[in-house]
Amino acid sequence: MAKYVAKRFVSMLITLFLVATITFFLMHAVPGQPFEITRETPESVKQALYEQYGLDKPLFEQYLIYMKNLLRGDFGVSMKYKSQSVVGTVTAGMPVSALIGFGGVLIGCLIGSVLGAVAALKNKGFVDYFVIVLAILGVSIPNFVFGSLIQRYFAVEWQMFPIQGWRGWQYAVLPIMAAAFTNIAYYARMLRTSMLDTMGQDYIYTARSKGLGQGEIVRKHMLRNSFLPLVTSLGPMCAGVLTGNFVIEKIFNVPGIGQSMITSIQNSDYTMIMGLTIIFSFISVVCYFIVDIVYGLVDPRIRIAG
Amino acid sequence: MDWEGLEDGLEDGLFEKDDSAYVDADKMTRPSLTYWSDAWRRFKGNRVAMVSAVILLIIILMAVFQPMVSKYAYDEQDWFAINQGPSAEHWFGTDELGRDIFVRCWEGARVSLLIAFVVAILNGTIGILYGGISGYFGGVADNIMMRFCELIASIPQMLWVVLLILVLKPGIFPIILAIGVTGWIGMARLFRGQVFALKESEFVMASRTMGAGSLWIILKHLLPNAMSPIIISMANVIPGAIFSEAFLSYVGLGVPLPTASWGVLASDGANKLLNFPYQLLFPSLLICITMLCFNLMGDGLRDALDPRMRQ
Repeated sequence: MAKYVAKRFVSMLITLFLVATITFFLMHAVPGQPFEITRETPESVKQALYEQYGLDKPLFEQYLIYMKNLLRGDFGVSMKYKSQSVVGTVTAGMPVSALIGFGGVLIGCLIGSVLGAVAALKNKGFVDYFVIVLAILGVSIPNFVFGSLIQRYFAVEWQMFPIQGWRGWQYAVLPIMAAAFTNIAYYARMLRTSMLDTMGQDYIYTARSKGLGQGEIVRKHMLRNSFLPLVTSLGPMCAGVLTGNFVIEKIFNVPGIGQSMITSIQNSDYTMIMGLTIIFSFISVVCYFIVDIVYGLVDPRIRIAG
Repeated sequence: MDWEGLEDGLEDGLFEKDDSAYVDADKMTRPSLTYWSDAWRRFKGNRVAMVSAVILLIIILMAVFQPMVSKYAYDEQDWFAINQGPSAEHWFGTDELGRDIFVRCWEGARVSLLIAFVVAILNGTIGILYGGISGYFGGVADNIMMRFCELIASIPQMLWVVLLILVLKPGIFPIILAIGVTGWIGMARLFRGQVFALKESEFVMASRTMGAGSLWIILKHLLPNAMSPIIISMANVIPGAIFSEAFLSYVGLGVPLPTASWGVLASDGANKLLNFPYQLLFPSLLICITMLCFNLMGDGLRDALDPRMRQ
């Protein structure tokens, strides 16, 4: 197990290094000069700005400096708002994003898997059709449409929750609801398929023929085996939570890192985009790493092969 | 046993000879069906999938012909008809510049569907070539190629797309390219797995004995055998691409003005939901119907092409 963890850890570091390199060179390949938005900038001011951001040096030297700074945990400073560092933005926005993201995954996972399990056990019943319809709706509605809709009805028409902003727990309800919707649909569908698959396995017949009751079969044999694909999907899910919530944070004007990303894209704030991308990748890669380890713990076949 | 005696026994008329157990094994009782006609028969029998396919066909035909025959152009502004609700004049109403939303929806369908289809083809081609080469040659090449896939897949696809579009500048072609070159990992992995399973089979060996090259074997022998999972996964790429385009428009990296796409229309509409809900309703309804049909048709295709996967 220790060997498996070490191996995965090294490959995680290599991935991070490559991602940072690719991001750096891609961002420097963006056509046009920085600070071009203000046309009237005098040459001397431009020169001073270039020096301040180290843009007057050769590209490769800039790269070395950038990487060195990354190792020290310095992800650079925004080009648009000089007082804002990337790390500062992330530390401020992270708790908010994490609350909404993981809230959405947790609620989505819980409700989704219960629905999926019930749908599979009562195959072709009412819940089953409900889950099928929900699963299809979940993949058919863009999340900004769904977000806008619940904003209109829950906040404007029925006035149950505040429209947007971030000043207390009630502000988190609608964003989490929006984030959970896709997840509920996704997990319900996945668990339903996986349960139906498990139900046809031989060991279920064995369990039944040795006289176990339905409750015990479901608890001990079906659920445990059906949850395996759910564990694997949690990695991409946790990573995807961040990109998926760009839109939700934007709609509900929540001060999370997704919102910062959208703002910096709209402002062409390249240092910020670069830093945030690397941090998103970092989170994503770490999520995959943790999930791989957890998966190794749950399923012994993997750590032997790995 | 004395069979002769039994035959004689029939003559008394009490029993008669029964030939019904005799079957002419050489005669074909049913027409022989190829795999594809069999799949088509199954698909035709699936009413939900057929209805979805017909609706999709109607949407595609509307997208092609409606902007041609419409009396409005998609970028034609009318300052005397701003933000009007649906009427006989403008079926889906007009937007804040007085543009007819009905024609914009179908013009948007052109752009969004074009993006989706080209992305699916691009993903399919890159994925098949990459996965095919990786799986066929195996060993070190496979190891390196799969590591590269892992590297790309370890970051959410949207981040790659955003980075590429910043470099390429927003537009229809950059969007296609960005989604196309980042989304093929799944396809490559899928086809690689298929190649691994098939490359030791006898027909591949026979072809190799006759002097066929690697690329020929991959494309001519292995690809047709792996066609059904590939079609199923292509059908899933299309709705994904429509979603990605919508996301990019919402973030401000979509197709440039005044081009309409479903993403542009829906994100414009989302901003005006409070005052003019119909401006969101119609584009998003179209997106939803299209997604729904693609997903249902995809499920139908899966059931038709791979009956074992039916749930």
